[in-house]
Amino acid sequence: MSTATLTPAPPRTPPAAPGKPKRRRGWVFHAVLAPLTLLWVAPMVFVLVLAFRSFDDIAGNGTAAWPASFSFDGFREAMGRGTMGRALWTSVQVTVPAVLLSLLLASWAAYALARFAIPGRRAILLTMLAGNLLPPQILLIPVSRVMESLGIYDTLAALVIIHVGFGLGFYTFVLHGFMRSIPGELTEAAKIDGAGPIAIYARIIMPLCRPSLAALGALATTWIFNDLIWAITVLRTEAKLPVTAALLNLQGGYVSNWNVVAAASVIAAVPTAIVFFAFQRHFVSGLLMGSSK
Amino acid sequence: MTAVTAPPRRRRAGLRAVPKVVWVFLLIPAAVEIGMVFWPAVNSFYLSLTEWNGLGAAQPVGLENFRNLFADDIFRDALWNNVLWAVGFGGLSVLGGLGLAIALNRPRRGVGLYRSAIYLPMVFSLAVTGLFWRVQYQPDGTINTLLGAIGLESVERQWLADPDTALWAVLVAAVWRQVGYVMVLYLAGLKSTDPSLDDAAATDGAGAWQRFRYVTWPQLRGVNTVVFAVTVIDSLRTFDIVWAMTQGGPYHSSELLSTYMFQQGFTFLNLGYASAIAVVIFALALVFIITYLVRATKEEAA
Repeated sequence: MSTATLTPAPPRTPPAAPGKPKRRRGWVFHAVLAPLTLLWVAPMVFVLVLAFRSFDDIAGNGTAAWPASFSFDGFREAMGRGTMGRALWTSVQVTVPAVLLSLLLASWAAYALARFAIPGRRAILLTMLAGNLLPPQILLIPVSRVMESLGIYDTLAALVIIHVGFGLGFYTFVLHGFMRSIPGELTEAAKIDGAGPIAIYARIIMPLCRPSLAALGALATTWIFNDLIWAITVLRTEAKLPVTAALLNLQGGYVSNWNVVAAASVIAAVPTAIVFFAFQRHFVSGLLMGSSK
Repeated sequence: MTAVTAPPRRRRAGLRAVPKVVWVFLLIPAAVEIGMVFWPAVNSFYLSLTEWNGLGAAQPVGLENFRNLFADDIFRDALWNNVLWAVGFGGLSVLGGLGLAIALNRPRRGVGLYRSAIYLPMVFSLAVTGLFWRVQYQPDGTINTLLGAIGLESVERQWLADPDTALWAVLVAAVWRQVGYVMVLYLAGLKSTDPSLDDAAATDGAGAWQRFRYVTWPQLRGVNTVVFAVTVIDSLRTFDIVWAMTQGGPYHSSELLSTYMFQQGFTFLNLGYASAIAVVIFALALVFIITYLVRATKEEAA
């Protein structure tokens, strides 16, 4: 299992011997990559600028014109009547419990499978992982029926549970790999001192798993926060929709108010961008888990 | 008791008999996954053999849904679009991601900044990505404006409203988001290649292309398998970005299997028919799911 840590390398000084050919290649490198990177971020910058323009400016000069105004109207409208404010809060209410519950349950399953001689544990582990690889389409209709029969259709609890259930396989697989790599000697000593399986889990295994839990947590947060398909499958009431689903509704209601649409998409993008910058190292190593070296 | 039986094999040394509480640890998550994933999946197979509008009991109709599917032009178009999507999405994001990974592999000034900028889009949801690009594709948006500025007015069009370009316009947005992810996977792959092999080949006078083709590329086989499987599975799942940008239109020109399934199931309430589409998606994904699992098994054993 790879917890390959690819940290975006801090720009070290280039290798010595700055001979002539090397310097020229460095120049070409930046000449190609700097414009490419600018091109890559251009759509984001453009939307950001658009979000701060006024309706009259956009209507008069077009979306692609050089900005001739600065206003928070788009944000005010999106947060208020556009319901993005409420939707953000809904997303928090879904994402936080879903991430915590996913990691908790996954760590239980991973602990049981990694540290005990459960018969067929490899098959169990791979079956769980396979569940996460299924196309969600094959689950949508029955899941909405299951939620109805549990009496939680159209509630946020339903959304939390389906996120936990669908993600569990992957989180378990990753944590299992990490827990197996913890040397047995560490837990043997505690066992001799009389610690039971729960004490070993809580006092030894979980603290050691902190790096992978952080990486998985960053990854799970963006996945769950960014979800659209489960939200529109188990929720019907517009007032209960989380950010992504609310964003698409808003787009339908503000067809030509580009500043509002742009502001709303910025609002939907900012939380995951914060997670990304705060946990950049964890985030990238999280992406690499479950792939391989 | 255990002392009497044969000594446990070395591999199992760290494992012990299973206390009851550990079973509870395993069974709770397993029950959640069975209830939310496996049981619904099995139900979809059953529903695909029925006709049902959600009220009353589902009527078994045998394989009729599947027969109807293959006579359904929209389904066939969606299937073909999905093939184009998988090839375009996979091909472009691998080319882009691999190229950037090679360019940004060696540490030097500015590399961290370039890398961050390129994988930043990955943190946005597909719905947000869709809206970001909808704005660019507007009739008076950046793309048409840029084309006009370089004298290509004749190419300007309503990218998302034109059946000839809608699918490709969405594809560009999806690739923009995916390239960073593929780049990260390849960067990790390159990191685990052996640099001394590359140096040795360089000493022997191999050119850059030869070194890549015969030294680096063979060492990336593992990453290639993962990228390939993940890309195809992702292609078959693709829903959000199409839903955000075109909802499959205009005239089903950007319809994928997933969007068609969603419309049939949740707009028209043809639950049996929609389930049949879902089963087709599953069948297509199966080979790649197995590929991924085989790879995961190898890792587990390693």
